[in-house]
Amino acid sequence: MTGHDHDHHDHHHHHDHDHSELSETELRVRALESILTEKGYVDPASLDLLIDLYEKKIGPRNGIRVVAKAWSDPAYHVRLMKDATAAIAELDYSGRQGEHMVVVENTPDQHNMVVCTLCSCYPHPVLGLPPVWYKSAPYRSRAVSDPRGVLQDFGVALPETTKIRVWDSTAEIRYLVLPMRPKGTDGWSAEQLAELVTRDSMIGTGLPKQPGETA
Amino acid sequence: MDGAHDMGGAKGFGPVVPEPNEPVFHGEWERRAFALTVAMSRPGGWNIDMSRFARENRPPEDYLSKSYFQIWLAGLETLMIERGLVTSEEIKAGKVLSPPKPDVKTLPPQDVVPTIRRGASTERTATSPALFAVGETVRMKEIHPQTHTRLPQYVRGHLGTIELNHGCHVFADLNSLGVGENPQWLYTVRFDGPELWGKDTDPTLSISVDAWESYLERV
Repeated sequence: MTGHDHDHHDHHHHHDHDHSELSETELRVRALESILTEKGYVDPASLDLLIDLYEKKIGPRNGIRVVAKAWSDPAYHVRLMKDATAAIAELDYSGRQGEHMVVVENTPDQHNMVVCTLCSCYPHPVLGLPPVWYKSAPYRSRAVSDPRGVLQDFGVALPETTKIRVWDSTAEIRYLVLPMRPKGTDGWSAEQLAELVTRDSMIGTGLPKQPGETA
Repeated sequence: MDGAHDMGGAKGFGPVVPEPNEPVFHGEWERRAFALTVAMSRPGGWNIDMSRFARENRPPEDYLSKSYFQIWLAGLETLMIERGLVTSEEIKAGKVLSPPKPDVKTLPPQDVVPTIRRGASTERTATSPALFAVGETVRMKEIHPQTHTRLPQYVRGHLGTIELNHGCHVFADLNSLGVGENPQWLYTVRFDGPELWGKDTDPTLSISVDAWESYLERV
């Protein structure tokens, strides 16, 4: 362990994240941005663009389009399972934290769930930035040892006979779960099917909505 | 490094608590901390494995008491101080106290979208054949590096089956040390639940990790 000086800030012995500590963090980030801007290392306009990209363009709606297309277009489904990176790029989603994509398909026999026990690896181009729970200690610790318990936390119960397969993203391969297409959706368009896909169903901690669950 | 970040199988953290209608960022400082971290990788010149090590290389109580983006912020500060981009005195004072490092590249606005959309592939051309075949049983090495590794503790010493071969990829453990990419074959290795967690484990459970060739030994 190294003991970098900057880790020993005034609140080193405070372990609760009360209001004052958050304000301290906020001040620290503001000061850092002004230092880095003044030194000419960052352009604040670039920061604004990055934030806009991840808040408005890169998010689970991209993955929802991929899933709905796979459900409604058998040839696309085949391409997606064979080379997910290329098939996802057909819909114009690619890049940072999605360079090497693998799609894992749920079946009546097997349910897939994705985790990163070591940090927070997540397929950004199709799902956006990960939610807090995905990055949290409870999920990272239990997804690999007690995935049925984790599913219970999400209100999901699967048949005891369904095999559970957990994918720990320990390298630069990123996984997207292809959930099962809900019954009673024969003849639905990709746009209609998209209404049933949830973010959590593409991580494996949820199931798609059933027809009638949407407005 | 066997640190607090290596959480697979740890007990006592309690239930997973999803947040309904969660925003992408919780507050302005998270937005700025995220964007600063992404934008600084160009002037900083560090790679993703160096970033991960800078975040995880801290005392467990520090790692576990910081929020996710507080860890990012601390990691960013470490990386910048190590490279002489800023000093710890500047971070403490919250203002510039020394001249900028010369000849530093920045991320201009017109490069933001192309940079993110391009990403950074870690796949490299193989220079030797893969040592293991899909379907083969392997044992994960029982190693405890002091430095960065992507071999989680919960699989070390255990038997698994090679399920996928992903080609040759930049080897994180060495790349984090700045000694070159040293690409190696990368595999998905699958383990039966009871092999990792004992005979009373749900027999329908299996878990996989992605593992570079040097993490594996022949059985």
